[in-house]
Amino acid sequence: MSPDRTLGHPTAERGQDVIHNIGYRGYEGPRLGRSYARRALFTQSLRGTYGLGRSAKSKVLPMLLFAAVCVPAAILVAVAALTKSKSLEAGYAEYVLLMQPVLGIFLAAAAPQAISMDLRFKTMPLYFSRPMERSDYVAAKYAALSAALFVFTAVPVLIMYLGALLVKLDFSDQTKGAAQGLVFCALFALLHAAIAAWIAALTPRRGFGVAAIIVAITVPYFLISALQGIALTSDNSSAIGWLGLGSPGTLLDGIQSRFLDGRSGFPDAQTLTGAQGGVYLVVFAALVVCFYALLLRRYRKAGL
Amino acid sequence: MYNPTVARLTCRALLGRRRALILCALPALLLVVAAVVRAMNGADDAVTSELLGGFALATLVPLIGVIAGTGAIGPEIDDGSVVYLLSKPVSRTSVIVTKLLVATGTTAVFSAIPVLIAGFILNGNSQQLAVAYALAAAVGSIAYSALFLLLGTVSRHAVVIGLVYALIWEALIGSLVPGAKTLSVQQWALALAEKVAGSSADVNSSVGLVAALVLIVVVTVGGTLFAGQKLRTLTLAGEE
Repeated sequence: MSPDRTLGHPTAERGQDVIHNIGYRGYEGPRLGRSYARRALFTQSLRGTYGLGRSAKSKVLPMLLFAAVCVPAAILVAVAALTKSKSLEAGYAEYVLLMQPVLGIFLAAAAPQAISMDLRFKTMPLYFSRPMERSDYVAAKYAALSAALFVFTAVPVLIMYLGALLVKLDFSDQTKGAAQGLVFCALFALLHAAIAAWIAALTPRRGFGVAAIIVAITVPYFLISALQGIALTSDNSSAIGWLGLGSPGTLLDGIQSRFLDGRSGFPDAQTLTGAQGGVYLVVFAALVVCFYALLLRRYRKAGL
Repeated sequence: MYNPTVARLTCRALLGRRRALILCALPALLLVVAAVVRAMNGADDAVTSELLGGFALATLVPLIGVIAGTGAIGPEIDDGSVVYLLSKPVSRTSVIVTKLLVATGTTAVFSAIPVLIAGFILNGNSQQLAVAYALAAAVGSIAYSALFLLLGTVSRHAVVIGLVYALIWEALIGSLVPGAKTLSVQQWALALAEKVAGSSADVNSSVGLVAALVLIVVVTVGGTLFAGQKLRTLTLAGEE
């Protein structure tokens, strides 16, 4: 339905309507496909969490925090060297747990930057106009956050391990401890990244995401610690183990003291009974799967 | 010094949308925990003191202070809509004072009242513990609001800095390291609670009452003046 015809203009004089070839060229190079896009998004997000490839200002916070987790590890080694003790002052997994506030801040800064910003600047349609599925996006972002957190916790563990070898602590002891520490780092990263990624995906506002993640990670931890303290003072110490299920921090603490030979951070240094240990592992796996499924679900619908 | 329109706008920004959800969720959590502990343990002054001091005053009040204090001004500066407010013939100081009043009110309502109720649930206000901690929460919320409002005008990352301060300084260092205690709002508020609570109750502050009150006033007034000054010379930055 050309408007020309209805207005009665002579169409014959304008000649045939053609699309002129003005020299645009089609793309003939290799199509790199889904897995490449996934990998690219993974590396870009992972670098972004440490501020690499971003402005100098956004490198400050992650790097300061990274220094804040690494320096005490080096100090522990120095103390062991000076006092000529047979072991490090803190175990590997115990050290990671001690550093939880710093890890929480790092995660709270990293997750919204990696996830909420895509919602805020409406870049999601651009990702999905590529040969990339919803599951690819979620997998890449979750993997990047987990990897960032793993590196963040594993580097101080490695520093402690190398330092322990340098000051000639027992080799087999330390190797075993460091391996268990690394396993703990992986568990820690998987759980916390899943929680943080889901929270960050709910909001396009960075400030809100940061606040929500820190609150979600720390408030239950303080609360459960207070309740465990109360359970201990009121001679109800069998409840301590079950209470520990209530927050990510105490959940991981219980797992490391039961399965990874760590020192328990619970009141009275309680460790879990066999049944509690099983429940802890089941809850851990269920939480990770559950938050990942929620994250996938979140992207089923465009927008908020 | 008080502008009802600014107050109304701030209230709406604070209590609208999801911010209100967190503001309600935290006190609700405290009340649920208080009820559970009471059901498990019965009334016990030591437990009450531990829960109200160790959890409510150390974690809850600073967190609500961060949300209300930075939320009163941060988002406006963040999305640039503060220029519409600043271009009106309202003095910058009165903008800050109004926002401080609203933030203080919000923090006090969402922290002091739940603390009071939790105290009554936990031990029925024996030793005046519920009143003491509620008063401490109310006074603490004044200082927190001024502090975090200032932070909101100074930095774009006010929420992060505020949370770091609230959780690491107030909740961890403020309750563990003795030297840091004198410089923690929590301890100043505790000084008040110590005064009100019964003498056999286990409420100890490392700061004297007079010193605590002076420090609170200094922080509140100083923070407000500095925030007003900061708002007068505000430059709006773009996205990083």
